[in-house]
Amino acid sequence: MTTMIPAPALLSQANAAAATEAPEALRAERAAGAKEFAAVGLPTTKVEDWHYTSVSSIADATFAPMSGNASGVTAEQLAPYIFSTSWPTLVFVNGVYAPSLSQTTLLPAGIRVMPLAHAVTELGDVVARQLGATAPATRDGFTALNASFLGEGAVIHVAKEMVVDIPVHLLFVVNNAGVGGMQHPRVLVLAERHSKATLIESWVGLTDGAYFTNTVSEVTVEDGATLHHLKVQREGRGAFHVGTIEARQGRDSHYVSFAFATGGQLTRTNVYTVLDGEGCGTTLNGLTMLDGSQHGDVQTRIEHAQPKCFSRQMYKSILDEMSHGVFNGKVFVQSIAQQTDGKQTNNTMLLSRTAQVDAKPQLEIFADDVKCTHGATVGRIDESALFYMKSRGIDNETSRQLLTYAFAADVLETIENETIRDELERITMRRFTSVAD
Amino acid sequence: MLEIRDLHAAVDGTPILKGISLTVNAGEVHAVMGPNGSGKSTLAQVLAGHPAYEITSGDILYQGENLAEMDAEVRAQQGVFLAFQYPVEIPGVSNAYFLRAAYNAKRKAQGLDEVDPMEFLDFVEAQLTLVDMDPAMLHRSVNAGFSGGEKKRNEILQMAVLTPTLAILDETDSGLDIDALRIVANGVNVLKRPDNAAIVVTHYQRLLNYIVPDFVHVLAGGRIVKSGGKELALELEARGYDWLLEAVA
Repeated sequence: MTTMIPAPALLSQANAAAATEAPEALRAERAAGAKEFAAVGLPTTKVEDWHYTSVSSIADATFAPMSGNASGVTAEQLAPYIFSTSWPTLVFVNGVYAPSLSQTTLLPAGIRVMPLAHAVTELGDVVARQLGATAPATRDGFTALNASFLGEGAVIHVAKEMVVDIPVHLLFVVNNAGVGGMQHPRVLVLAERHSKATLIESWVGLTDGAYFTNTVSEVTVEDGATLHHLKVQREGRGAFHVGTIEARQGRDSHYVSFAFATGGQLTRTNVYTVLDGEGCGTTLNGLTMLDGSQHGDVQTRIEHAQPKCFSRQMYKSILDEMSHGVFNGKVFVQSIAQQTDGKQTNNTMLLSRTAQVDAKPQLEIFADDVKCTHGATVGRIDESALFYMKSRGIDNETSRQLLTYAFAADVLETIENETIRDELERITMRRFTSVAD
Repeated sequence: MLEIRDLHAAVDGTPILKGISLTVNAGEVHAVMGPNGSGKSTLAQVLAGHPAYEITSGDILYQGENLAEMDAEVRAQQGVFLAFQYPVEIPGVSNAYFLRAAYNAKRKAQGLDEVDPMEFLDFVEAQLTLVDMDPAMLHRSVNAGFSGGEKKRNEILQMAVLTPTLAILDETDSGLDIDALRIVANGVNVLKRPDNAAIVVTHYQRLLNYIVPDFVHVLAGGRIVKSGGKELALELEARGYDWLLEAVA
């Protein structure tokens, strides 16, 4: 059984990247990444977690590391993707931090946000602590590849007991100058004990050309802290996107993730967390909307490693035309993790006969006093609701659009920040309806 | 206003309506009664344009036009309204949004400007008193988690907003307690005008104590087996349906 695609072009690029001059803080991890990638390569569909998603097209293509040419991108072009101009925003264009497009003067007290390149000197202790801590280079081929290219990305540090109401936004943009390129950003997040903050990662393509994003975010949520972490994936229609978020949570912490995914031709979103302190909890929600021949794969993994923790998952997909959606939700409950309370729901709406979904809940429970439920549904537009709306004079097209939007509405309503929620509701509404509000 | 001539309709190839003729003029209230399975609800659904029902022969003329050729949404825009026996729940679409979309669809069909959300809210809040409904219900999802009575009142609210020319009430009284029944019936009565008409489909005579019909028709086996004035309903209440069924058998 072949479980590995060697991807020699990527391997030589990874080796070259790992061998170039790098800050001391990143050197060891780069070397570890290149070494691991040589050993594991990219996964074939024989690997269980990749059964429904073939990445051979990534291995077969040749992508050059992105050079960061930001000259063609204006603030005006980015305006539709900026949730609020009064939020601290780091903008990365074609793989490289673009200070002139970023907004860093509005940082509230208690939080530090900076590109990884600055952080290696200014937040050296945080980098040392976080890098490779939740997503070690040995995790898998994509994380190893990301490690070997370490250099770009961001570091967010929320000091203990600081409650930060203003979200921080990381916006990664690729335009025509990035076509044929690849980026491997690393985001490190440390929310210290009893802090509270909101972070948005946005992935935006201003081009329909092919490029490859391979990103890793490492998150630590310390005791009693709450972190809201939203990923808004609006990559270009030609993009390949593999993104991994790995969190580790302390006692009584709450990690709240929302993964919104509409872009790319082939995308994979991994959201993993380890509930590593008693009484902590996680809420992992998401909405995927695909059409054309898009392929979008969402994988979650929740590891209940301590007692009395809760996990909540709600993922919805709306699939049109010939798109293919995948959801695989894993919940592991270790033997020590008694009184675990886990719930997972996954609902898919198919808008066409040719759209396809593969949904797989996967529960592995080694403790005996637990409550874990899961449920998956796949459906189409409710014909009785459709007739009801039409019988009130609402035309067929608008009725279908409203019902499609309505399917997504409850998961979007879980987003706590009103500005983000309104904006994602608007994006969803626009995608399925001609109605402006 | 409405002329049904020798209407035959089937669902999944099974004939349900077997030759119905009925004329409804402006200003009239017609009650359609009958035992279970007589085709009452089918008639209501056929008039509203439910796609599951196939008209196999006969004509339905509405304001001189062939109703059968119109899509359900066009019928609604032209003033046909069906109050559902089982109103559908639509989680995720707010009542206010739904009502406004329906209201604007009708205005658009009439060549009028659409109203904006604030303007509409003022308008719809004024209608709430008619059905004794809490304004908070406007911001809940359509019928989702509503009680039986709330759903029926919501149907009448929609009727008040859309001011239909021909209202068809399909067993609106079923499952209602007396208070809810009074509210619903009052709503229907208040909305009655010389230029509109209503067809009240019901199994029980009780509703007709509150909505007084001009004509009562008894449906059995897909045909109208007897028509009369409002006193026919009282006779049915006293004697049941069996004597009629025996008479036509």
